[in-house]
Amino acid sequence: MTVSTVPPEEKAAAGRPVTLGSYVSGYFGKVRGGDMGALPAISGLIVLVIVFSIARPVFFSKANFANLLTQGAAVTIIAMGLVFVLLLGEIDLSAGFASGVCAAVLATLLTTHGYPWYVAVLGAIVTGVVIGLVLGTLVAKLGIPSFVVTLAAFLAFQGAVLLLIKGGTIIAVDDPTIKKINFDGRFTPVQGWILFAVTVLGLLAVHLWKRRGRAKRGLAVEPMSVIALRVGSVAVLLGVAVYVLNLERGRNVLFSQKGVPMVVLIIGVFLLLWTFVLGRTAYGRHVYAVGGNKEAARRAGINVDAIRISVFVICSGMAAIGGIIAASRAASVDPNTGGSNVLLYAVGAAVIGGTSLFGGKGRVLDAVLGGAVVAVIENGMGLLGYESGVKFIVTGVVLLLAASVDALSRRRAAAAGLS
Amino acid sequence: MTDTPLLEVKKLNKSFGPVQVLRDVDFSAYAGQVTALVGDNGAGKSTLVKCLGGIYSIDSGDYFFDGKPVTVHGPRDAAALGLEIVYQDLALCDNLDIVQNMFLGREIKSGLVLDDISMEQKAAETLAGLSVRTVKSVRQHVSSLSGGQRQTVAIAKAVLWNNRVVVLDEPTAALGVAQTAQVLELVRRLADNGLAVVLISHNMNDVFAVADRIAALFLGQMAAEVRASDVTHSQVVELITAGRSGDLGLRQNGAAA
Repeated sequence: MTVSTVPPEEKAAAGRPVTLGSYVSGYFGKVRGGDMGALPAISGLIVLVIVFSIARPVFFSKANFANLLTQGAAVTIIAMGLVFVLLLGEIDLSAGFASGVCAAVLATLLTTHGYPWYVAVLGAIVTGVVIGLVLGTLVAKLGIPSFVVTLAAFLAFQGAVLLLIKGGTIIAVDDPTIKKINFDGRFTPVQGWILFAVTVLGLLAVHLWKRRGRAKRGLAVEPMSVIALRVGSVAVLLGVAVYVLNLERGRNVLFSQKGVPMVVLIIGVFLLLWTFVLGRTAYGRHVYAVGGNKEAARRAGINVDAIRISVFVICSGMAAIGGIIAASRAASVDPNTGGSNVLLYAVGAAVIGGTSLFGGKGRVLDAVLGGAVVAVIENGMGLLGYESGVKFIVTGVVLLLAASVDALSRRRAAAAGLS
Repeated sequence: MTDTPLLEVKKLNKSFGPVQVLRDVDFSAYAGQVTALVGDNGAGKSTLVKCLGGIYSIDSGDYFFDGKPVTVHGPRDAAALGLEIVYQDLALCDNLDIVQNMFLGREIKSGLVLDDISMEQKAAETLAGLSVRTVKSVRQHVSSLSGGQRQTVAIAKAVLWNNRVVVLDEPTAALGVAQTAQVLELVRRLADNGLAVVLISHNMNDVFAVADRIAALFLGQMAAEVRASDVTHSQVVELITAGRSGDLGLRQNGAAA
C-alpha cells in the first residue's frame, strides 16, 4: 500500500494529495515543474474569445458559436490522429493531403460511380488505413525518418487528389447522409439534452466507480470535492453550450436552424474512444512507453515496430474521417480539400493543446482544446476582416509559441527531475 | 554456505571470432547470498553476464539451475528460469510513473482493460517488502526521481516477477554517497529475502559492504571464487590486476588454483 511505504513525516509533503487544498497545491507544483497540461490552451482560448468578442461582437453570437464547431471539426479529428504519431516523437506531414485523398475517394465513389454512402465512407476509411500502413512500414521497417517519408507523401498525395478529381474540377457531394455529418445535420433540442445527460452522468459514474474500486483496496482516493468540481465544471460548460446551440439561430423563419450539430457527437465519440485506448489499454500504455524510451520498451518485450506502424494507421485513418467531415461541410471536394493550412492547423491544434513534439506526452483531449483555439483564431481573424496572408502568419506564430512552451516546459521538467 | 548453488556454470567458453573472451570459467551464485563479480575492464564480466542471461550463446560449458542442467538459448529462456538482469542504463521510461514502469510489457489486465488498481497495489507491496522508504508515491513519474530512486525502481521491477536470480550491472556507478548506501542496503535485502544476487562492481568498498562471496575474473579466466570474509581488500585488488594473490588465484601456468 502506498501509505505503508511512506514514513509519517513525509506523508504531509507527499505527492499524493488527499484534500482539496493539497490537490490544488499539488497541481500548481506540477505546473511549476513544467507540466502545464491544458493550462496554456484554456487560458489562450479565454483570452482569444474575450479579445475577439470585444473587437467584433458578432463573434460572440449563437450562430457563430455553431459555426465554430462545424468549422473546426475536421482539423480537430485529424489532430486526434496526429496525437498518436506525436506521442512517438514522429510527425506525419501528409495527414492533411491524406484527408484530401480520402475525401476525393469518397466523392468519386459517390458521384462518379454512384455507390451508396456507406460504401463510399468505407472506401475512404480503407484508403486512409492503407496509406497509414504504407507510411508506417516505411518508417518502422526501412528506417526512413518519418519527416522525409511523410514529406514525400505530402507531395504525392497532392498529386493524387488532382488525378482523382480530374485536374481541378469540383465534385459535388450531394448524398443526404454525408451532408448530415457536418452540413445540415442537427440534433433536436431534446436529443441534445439527452446527450448532455448521458455524457455528464457517464463521467460522474466513471469517477465514482474508480474511486470505489480504489477505496475498497485501501488505496489513496481523490476527495469527493475534486470529483464534484471536475464533473460540475464539465456539466456547466456543456450545459451552456447545449443551451445556446438549442436556441434558434436561423435568420430566416423558413429555415429553422437549432440544435447541436451532429459532428459534435462524432468528435465526442472519437475523444472517448481514443482516450480509453490510450489511458486504459495495454496498447495505449505501450504507445507512451515507446514514445518515452524506445529501448526500454523493447527490453520490456514490446513490439516496437508494430506500435510505430499502428500509430501511422490511426493517424491516416483519422485523417480519412477528417476528410469525410470536410467534404460534408463543403458539400463538395476540390483540389484544395485537406490542402493549404489543414495540416498546419492540425499539428498546431495538437501542440497548442499540450501534446509534446518530443514524444511521450500528450492526450487526445489536447487535439480538441487546441482545435478550439485554432478554430477561434481562424474564425475571429476572418471576422476582423484580415486577409488570409495575415491569418497564416498569426497561426504560424501561435504554433511556434506552442512549440516554444513545449520545449521550455520540457527543459524545466528535466531540471526539476534532477533536484 | 548452502550446498547446491542456485545458478552454476562450469567450464564456460565463449569466443568472438578469434578472440577467446571466456576460458573455462566456473561461476556459481547461491540463494540468499550476494556474489560480487569483479574484474578489470575487459576481463569478461559483461560477457559472462550476457551468457548467463542468454543474450550471447555459449560455445561450450554446462549451465545448471537449481542443480539441474539447463540450456539457455535466449533472454526468454533465462527469464523463464527466473533470472533478471538490471542493466546499468536502467531501462525505464521517464514519462511513465513507477507502477507503469514496473509492469511495462507485463501489465495486469481484466479483459481488455488495464487493472491499474491491482498493479498499484502490487507495486506498493513489493516496494514495502523491500522496505523502500525513499519513494514517496508509486504514482510519481520516473522523470522526477533521483538516480538512486531510479535504481531502486529498476531493482524492484526485477523482484516483482518472483525472480530467483537478479544480476545487477554496476548499480552504484552513477550515484552519490547517500544514494549508494541506499542501493547497497536494498541489494543486501534482496539476498536476505532469499534471492541469489550477482553484483558487478568496480568499487571495492561496495563489494566488501554487501558481498558474501567474491568471484574475480582475470583476462577471461576465473581467478578465484572466495568468501568475502576470507580475503582482504588488497588481496582482491591483486586478484583483479594480476590474477593471483599469494596461494590464491591462477598459477603461473594459467590453471586455476
